[in-house]
Amino acid sequence: MLSQDNTHSDYLDSILSRHQHNTHNLLQMLREAQEHYGYIHSEAIDYLAQQLQSPRSMIEGVASFYSLLYLQPQGDYRVLFSDNITDRMLGNIDLMESMCGQLWVEVGKVSEDGLVSINTTSCTGMCDQGPAVLINNIAINHLTQDRINSLCELIRERVPLSGWPLEFFAIEDNIYKKDILLDSNFKSGSALAEVLKRSSEETLQEIKTSKLRGRGGAGYLTGSKWEFCRIAVSEQHYVVCNADEGEPGTFKDRVLLNTYADMVFEGMTICAHVINAKKGFIYLRGEYRYLLDHLNAILQRRRQQGLLGNNIFGHANFNFDIEIHLGAGAYICGEESALIESLEGKRGTPRNRPPFPVTSGYLNQPTVVNNVETFCAASLIGLHGGAWYADVGIETSSGTKILSVSGDCARPGLYEYPFGVTVAQVLADCGAKNTQAVQISGPSGICIAANEFERRIAFDDLPTAGAFMVFDESRDMFEVARNFVHFFKHESCGFCTPCRVGTSLLSNMMNKLANGHGSPYDFTEIEKLNVLLLSTSHCGLGHSACNPVLDTIAKFRPAYDKRLTHKEYIPAFDLDYALSQARQMTGRDDTGAHLERIHVSK
Amino acid sequence: MSQNNKTPHNKNQATFILDGKTIPFTEGQTIIQAAMASGEYIPHLCFNPEFKPHGSCKICTVTANGRQAASCTQQTQADMVVESNTKPINDERRALLQMLFVEGNHFCPSCEKSGDCQLQATAYELNMMSPHFDHFSPDRPLDSSHAEYLLDYNRCILCSLCARASSDVDGKNVFSLAGRGIKTHLIVNAKSGKLADTDFTGDDKAAHVCPVGVIIKKRVGFAVPIGKRSFDEHPISATPHPKVRDV
Repeated sequence: MLSQDNTHSDYLDSILSRHQHNTHNLLQMLREAQEHYGYIHSEAIDYLAQQLQSPRSMIEGVASFYSLLYLQPQGDYRVLFSDNITDRMLGNIDLMESMCGQLWVEVGKVSEDGLVSINTTSCTGMCDQGPAVLINNIAINHLTQDRINSLCELIRERVPLSGWPLEFFAIEDNIYKKDILLDSNFKSGSALAEVLKRSSEETLQEIKTSKLRGRGGAGYLTGSKWEFCRIAVSEQHYVVCNADEGEPGTFKDRVLLNTYADMVFEGMTICAHVINAKKGFIYLRGEYRYLLDHLNAILQRRRQQGLLGNNIFGHANFNFDIEIHLGAGAYICGEESALIESLEGKRGTPRNRPPFPVTSGYLNQPTVVNNVETFCAASLIGLHGGAWYADVGIETSSGTKILSVSGDCARPGLYEYPFGVTVAQVLADCGAKNTQAVQISGPSGICIAANEFERRIAFDDLPTAGAFMVFDESRDMFEVARNFVHFFKHESCGFCTPCRVGTSLLSNMMNKLANGHGSPYDFTEIEKLNVLLLSTSHCGLGHSACNPVLDTIAKFRPAYDKRLTHKEYIPAFDLDYALSQARQMTGRDDTGAHLERIHVSK
Repeated sequence: MSQNNKTPHNKNQATFILDGKTIPFTEGQTIIQAAMASGEYIPHLCFNPEFKPHGSCKICTVTANGRQAASCTQQTQADMVVESNTKPINDERRALLQMLFVEGNHFCPSCEKSGDCQLQATAYELNMMSPHFDHFSPDRPLDSSHAEYLLDYNRCILCSLCARASSDVDGKNVFSLAGRGIKTHLIVNAKSGKLADTDFTGDDKAAHVCPVGVIIKKRVGFAVPIGKRSFDEHPISATPHPKVRDV
């Protein structure tokens, strides 16, 4: 066992110096420290606290916020099954149980020999190639029973991941429909060359002319955002790319970063030129850790090409560089103010607003936070001009939108359309049959039924951050909503009362219905709770946590009605179920070990 | 509690409307700050006039120009119309209180803080008759390691006042929030997790700001008998922040 402080200084000193002993890099340091033992050792926290001259409780508070950081020993192989509804539909739970059985470990626990720990995690952004798993933060997709058997064998034999068959780690782009962005054959530097022929004022005007709106969901006008930041008087300005693609069912940013990274970086550099920023960050979700080396290599190449660094393209005083920060498993950090807190090395709690990031963002300096796809669009606008871009799409929504299509369809993957495309068109293109419902923009978005499939993907009809999950007639929409409610419970930051407690209450009530203890009373309770969450929560997570339930209640009421098996209220507590632990401990399951059910259905 | 502002405000003073009453305010004041300066009560728990507003408990939710907002963090604007003491808003506040009650373990009859507890007093104020929701009954151990003080985490409502007092006033960082979501919990600044291993003392501001009964001075629990305590004498709406008794 480790006990000497110098054991930790061995690896922590280089991490500390690489991050300039700066607490704003705390999350990055913790993530790197964890790569040493697979968890963050208690004495490592002491050493960091001492070296950073920061309270230990603060460091512990940060580390314990992120679900991919561990303060307790984990298995040598940390297996996390992605648990989006699309993974469920592809049978992830059976596969997980099979793995647990083969490796003699319970879900959520570490095996007795310390070999393996198995658990679920929120959607890992591989819905087009699920069921998916992360093993020691490396993604493995297309799980089948055969593949699970092979994984168990490799783990039992303690084969290091570097020795596993390479095909296990294959990640596909699955692009099925390209338009101006995905089909652009973008050459690095081409947009900057055009932009630097103009003044930064003129470039801003081009962005405004394009009527580009943010692609992360909120749909704020990019030109206005950049302008507010540009005119905010301050020492420093910052550009932040939000690559914390955590919305279940979304995976387009992963593909953009994998294959179109130059467009992303170039868009950020154009933004830097407009708002006069010297520094930019990409906040990359921890689940996409495997992209880090690839992205750093591209950044390095761009520095060598003179597209980053000092005097970009030979322009004196145009200095800008980009740093990648990794998240560590927290959906809430997709909210821009929580993202900034996390970027500053803190717990990812959304800030009180105003002030907004455009005037007071990273280190309280004016900051533009845009989505990956927005920066790609900015590159296209830099290259071709705002009028060219505004011509694509429809009046209210210019340009194109990339949809991440998953669920019940023949060809899950990326589809890029000019705005205004109907849901029916997308369903036809991806080969969806007998579709019952589509969840647009993930759990926080909207669920639409078959009679709405002529609606359009557009800011004034169906706005979306990109997720497009298809459910055919065989699916139980109650279970879809229940999965999403569990997701919100898991991802609530815990700051405000209504979201922290309310998402748990909601989850319990949905479980009560699922367990056959539902009555019309519970139904009213769920509706009341949703109203409270919507009106009193601190941020969008709490506000949208009720969307899946409200939508499915409104549109798929029979899925709920069949669960309201009792006319009168009955408690959620089930005495017979409460004895299940005792049964497990004694290895009994005979009739004598069961109570007669007190509440007989109907 | 702040001075009772009975002097009529002058004509140039900016004002807003709270439940039909005209309330003066100064630039930068949030709604609750301006309201309390005028002696008006808006129910609250994580707000304490001595500290920067936090905005987490949401008990102080009001409607400001028709939009719901936490009145502790919402800046006041001239002629803003604020509704606070209405049935729909009080219904929501009561539900939030019930959430706090079922989230932790609150056994008022046996609690040393009974009668001095803001959570309990606010529940009385808002006529909360039952916890309504199913109890979570979390497992939260006590910390009795410190010679003078006891930490009973069962009663924590995560308002972070102790953390704010310790860092902003005491310069110590004895307390922090850890975990996430429903697993959010209070921790102390020691590897052992024990208060005795921190530099906490009874002289700290943090020892005297807990609105509930987490940070408890030992051996004086019932020196003031129940029935004679702050909120036994006056409802919380009359004296939201009574002077801490030195016992």
